[in-house]
Amino acid sequence: MTTTSDLPMDEHRLTTPISREALDKLKPGDIVRLDGTIFTGRIGVYKKLFEEKVPPPVDISSLTNTTFHCSPAVRETAPGEWEVSAVTATASFRFEKHLPALMEEHGVRCVIGKAGMSSKIYENHFKRLGAVFLNTVGYGIGAQYSRGIEGVEAVHWLEELGIAQAMWVFRVKNFGPFLVECTTRGESLYEMSNAETNETLKGLYANLPPPALKRMGEICGPEEEVF
Amino acid sequence: MPTTTGAEIGADLIREVAFELNRRAAIHIPGDVRDSISGMAERETEKLSKFVLLEIINNYKVADEDQRPMCADTGLPRFYAKIGNEARIEGGFVAFERSIREATARATVEIPLRPNRVHPLTRNDYNNNVGIHAPSVDYTWEPGADWIEMTAFHKGGLFGGDYRMLFPGDGIDGIRRFYLDVISEFFKRGLSCQPAIVGIGIGGTKDTCVKLAKEAACLRVVGDHNPDPAVAELEAELVELGKKTSLGAMGFKGEGAVMDVHIEVAYTHTGGMPVSIHHQCFALRRCTARIHPGGEVEYREDPQWFTDYYRRDTVS
Repeated sequence: MTTTSDLPMDEHRLTTPISREALDKLKPGDIVRLDGTIFTGRIGVYKKLFEEKVPPPVDISSLTNTTFHCSPAVRETAPGEWEVSAVTATASFRFEKHLPALMEEHGVRCVIGKAGMSSKIYENHFKRLGAVFLNTVGYGIGAQYSRGIEGVEAVHWLEELGIAQAMWVFRVKNFGPFLVECTTRGESLYEMSNAETNETLKGLYANLPPPALKRMGEICGPEEEVF
Repeated sequence: MPTTTGAEIGADLIREVAFELNRRAAIHIPGDVRDSISGMAERETEKLSKFVLLEIINNYKVADEDQRPMCADTGLPRFYAKIGNEARIEGGFVAFERSIREATARATVEIPLRPNRVHPLTRNDYNNNVGIHAPSVDYTWEPGADWIEMTAFHKGGLFGGDYRMLFPGDGIDGIRRFYLDVISEFFKRGLSCQPAIVGIGIGGTKDTCVKLAKEAACLRVVGDHNPDPAVAELEAELVELGKKTSLGAMGFKGEGAVMDVHIEVAYTHTGGMPVSIHHQCFALRRCTARIHPGGEVEYREDPQWFTDYYRRDTVS
């Protein structure tokens, strides 16, 4: 079995909308950089689209097939003119409830985020639809990522949702690097990686008894995950 | 920059310095953290972890070159104020806090910082990081000093903090296990955005130990030790235990991702041992300034927050 130490970490430069053929070539741990158009969405956008059932402000599927779990640090240099100062991803597992609809209804096939998502959503949706999940690197390298943002094409729902939750449409060039987390075959870099580190963790717990007072609903072993 | 008159420290100067602290904190990584991450990258042998560490170092460089915030989650701006017992502030503490609030709103628009502060229920966002109890200001005092110090800190993230009521019977093993629990919870998949500085507050009350854990993580520099040798010994032991977890940057296999462990203690209830743990990420946004009554301002990276006076354990 391949270990994370043996991954080739091949590099790819892809243009949105990313073709199925290009997506299929990605392997866990490969490094991706993007050109084209991407849009951001987090809970504010998802609540509007899927709970309030507000039609999207733009036809997403004709715009791009790549979304980014992000809200930027931006400066308004003139009315309607935005300078993007830093971009990073926010933890993606919180959006599992809404992501299948985003993929089904709006053609999203590439999700850029933080920390990956559950095996269940990979198996039931990413694999079925031929989509990939790309992890941002380190998670706090917002200055470097912002160099890949060529410009803001549009910002939607700014008034209602505020800067941090609005839907931003970015034109990007050589935007990255990102690490392939989930492939179109449903393989996951974190599943490989967690299997390796869990073995080490379990050994460290061997002589440490559980505390006297337990808590409701807590997870019980180091190999379990918080989501 | 405005200057103060007489022995009072002016509110305008405080506002200017508070703005500048936010700018420096957002963009420039303190040397202790940069050196710690560089050392980890040199030692790391696993290629995924090494790749991540090198990108982190590159990002520090890009932020400096472009004068951009190093992370888009510019966190929750907050302030720590150390006030000299002999210092006088124009307009008093009400003016001091007003200056800090005005500087935070301006910094949000101009640096820019992401307007993260929202009402917890309505999610209302004024787009300026100011609101109810925001930004927070914590205080300590310095005997005999006529200056004031401010530290701006942008505390990012939602993960990497926990609290547990342990008991004397759980002992040091209880703390070791809790330390591993929080690493297992939040280093996996890199939720803590590690490499991290781990702050641990032991004792006091629930709120005291949570406050101490956060201050220990955020306001002590990598490489320093608690002055109590027994506490320092536990710090060193937990640094080594962190390496053994093999959880590196982003949770990939590696040489561990604990930059340092900082423990602070407070006298507590005879029956209990409350413990809080706090992970501070590698995008550590912090800057300190001392303002003298003559109007001179000295900026520095080390907050020197934990003083003998702050930690005092005697009646006086």
